[in-house]
Amino acid sequence: MATRTLIPPEFRVLIDENACLQCRRCVGQCGWGVYSWDTTRNRPSPDHSKCGACHRCVTFCPGQAITITRNKLAFKANDNWAEQVMKAIWKQAETGGVLLTGMGNDKPYLRIFDHLLLDACQVTNPSIDPLREPMELRTYLGRKPDSVEVVAGSFESGGPFRLATELDTQLRLETPIMFAGMSYGSVSLNAHKALAMAAQELGTFMNTGEGGLHSDLEPYKDHIIVQCASGRFGVDASYLQSGAAVEIKIGQGAKPGIGGHLPGEKIDQQVSLTRMIPQGTDALSPAPHHDIYSIEDLRQLIYAIKEATGYKPVSVKIACVHNVAAIASGVVRAGADIIYLDGFRGGTGASPVIIRDHVGIPIEIAVAVVDQRLRDEGIRNRVSLIAAGGIRSAADVIKAIALGADACAIGTAALVALGCHVCQRCHTGSCSWGICTQRPDLTRRLDPEWGASQLTNLVKAWTHEMAEVLGALGVNAIESLRGNRERLRGLDLDENLLGILGVKPAGVA
Amino acid sequence: MNVDSRAVRKVPTGPARKGPTGIEPARITAGQPGAERGHVRRMGHKSIIDCARIYYKTLNQQIREEIERGANEIVLEGVRGQRYIGTGLAYPDVTVVVNGVPGNDLAAFMDGPTLIVNDGAQDGVANTMNSGLVVVHGHAGDVLGYGMRGGAVYVQGDVGYRVGIHMKAFGDSVPLIVIGGRARDFLGEYMAGGEILLLGLHDLRKPAVGSYLGTGMHGGVMYVRSPINRHQLGKEVQIEELASSDYERIRTIANDYCRYMEINPDDIVSLPFLKIRPHTFRPYGRMYAY
Repeated sequence: MATRTLIPPEFRVLIDENACLQCRRCVGQCGWGVYSWDTTRNRPSPDHSKCGACHRCVTFCPGQAITITRNKLAFKANDNWAEQVMKAIWKQAETGGVLLTGMGNDKPYLRIFDHLLLDACQVTNPSIDPLREPMELRTYLGRKPDSVEVVAGSFESGGPFRLATELDTQLRLETPIMFAGMSYGSVSLNAHKALAMAAQELGTFMNTGEGGLHSDLEPYKDHIIVQCASGRFGVDASYLQSGAAVEIKIGQGAKPGIGGHLPGEKIDQQVSLTRMIPQGTDALSPAPHHDIYSIEDLRQLIYAIKEATGYKPVSVKIACVHNVAAIASGVVRAGADIIYLDGFRGGTGASPVIIRDHVGIPIEIAVAVVDQRLRDEGIRNRVSLIAAGGIRSAADVIKAIALGADACAIGTAALVALGCHVCQRCHTGSCSWGICTQRPDLTRRLDPEWGASQLTNLVKAWTHEMAEVLGALGVNAIESLRGNRERLRGLDLDENLLGILGVKPAGVA
Repeated sequence: MNVDSRAVRKVPTGPARKGPTGIEPARITAGQPGAERGHVRRMGHKSIIDCARIYYKTLNQQIREEIERGANEIVLEGVRGQRYIGTGLAYPDVTVVVNGVPGNDLAAFMDGPTLIVNDGAQDGVANTMNSGLVVVHGHAGDVLGYGMRGGAVYVQGDVGYRVGIHMKAFGDSVPLIVIGGRARDFLGEYMAGGEILLLGLHDLRKPAVGSYLGTGMHGGVMYVRSPINRHQLGKEVQIEELASSDYERIRTIANDYCRYMEINPDDIVSLPFLKIRPHTFRPYGRMYAY
């Protein structure tokens, strides 16, 4: 009994022996070691307990012989003591450890995006056909002045009027979608390259996460936001100066309030070089920045970074928590140019399950309350809001913008475009898709060129969809929808929540 | 280039509204703080800037301008708490002398220069510093050397809380902090690499360190010349015997430290040190269930 686990396998790997070509590709493809080769039968022999349903073998089996099914063990019906609950208890009883997981919150909390509906024009006001008329999706992120002064200029200076107000530096996005911060170390260098290449192609930005900037990404630096988090990994003056902007990461939606532990196994020679730490040591990011215990301290770091970078835009990433509106107000007053709001469905390379599944609030609510609070205080123009943490589609992007965001960031959706099947085992470092691993035999599977084209296609498709929606709404610029909650209606949402979102119920004109 | 500083068309131009308690960004326009420039006297490669009434942003701009003009020694007279002096400066052969008390984040992200402070310094000295030397002829505040990854900081007097937190070494870059006096709690917290030498020169009867010494430490070494009670140690560290190589290293550090301080290095190496090292390089390796 001592060597036996109480945890039954979650999946069963079924191999159609008639279709199997005995090519052994499944054995090579699985990073988790599910398959061994049975030499007597000359067939693959799966260890069901190691399967996480990432479908790498399914996708690459030339005979289409593999099917992954749920292990349909019957448990005595009990809504309270469900299978997953018991499995968690068994795992902890056997290891004594904190349960760790990857990706975002998978619990069935209310998905507010799916209860928000968009408006469209009918009869009395015309809709616009985006295929034939220009549709402006370009977005500028950064601090906007309280007022602008325009003076009459000469013909030589380019026109009769000239802007006399000196504007803060802005980030120009050709579409209001950017890539979320994912560090090199948690994801592979090829994943980083794919994101950087796509960001350049799309005219948007990728974000380094807290892992430094690999020298191979230098050519894309005008499309890269570099992150400075509590561990300060890979952060020096030249790194800060490399990016188009700098992001101070205070918190992350998947794990608000806690730091990060990148295990030593993932710190290979290249990661070590980029993070500037010795190979094989754990990369520990403390929970707080120890130079930030207050809004005044945050201001100090923001301006230290501005001093070190010649006043580039500084973004501050915070997790959406109960008091997010007041915190965001403080962050604006601390001098941030951009606030990155990360909702509780945001993904992660590794997080304790208890934090991921039970801490934080949804991005939909956070965007609405932050936008409203900043408007009420008359400081909304001083900051741009990025919404992230569970953005799954162009519909989510456009609803988030209508709720008050300036742009959205996608992490999980981008990885899914690269082949990720959200099997939630990023923390194990064995990703068979070569995305969330540093094992050379696995990372080489992800071709950056192919990845970049997948990402570019995805964002372009979303951008087209957004243009369609704007046309239906009868507006020709995303700016006209920004924070325009009048164009949203709530379905199946209670009065309290509608009030918080600032959205009317469906049926009310 | 995707950065557009003249985003004319997209700027919302609603009615001008002032926030109730808004703080303006640091921007220099006539009649506002920062408009006034410090008087500069130049003697060959030496520039003396009168800083008494100068806004930090202007002052730091002037320091960079003097270096660009060819100065390799900048003397700042009458410094009164201006922040970010030396922040992001990346000139290896430049010396900046600070007369007066500099503000927070002195030498943050600094990469190369030598910075001599002839007075006390405040919080955040050498924050994420990459290389260079900071000498403080007085006391210094909290979180000195946070995330520092190279160069050295020599403090003559005492330091505050969380000094040397999350310092890390990589390759030839090994950060060093030498504290002449005492340090408060959490010295070397989360330390991942580098060296801290705590001398406790001023009163050897009392412990020169606070509590939680080396909490979360997982790399590097601290040499402490002070009695330490068991309860003051973080749970991730242990006291070790010094090898002869440790005493040689302390002698080397002391010799260099004493070049800047009026102390005889023999007085530093004469008393026994305690060596503080982490139990493991992976303190949380077994905390999780995979």
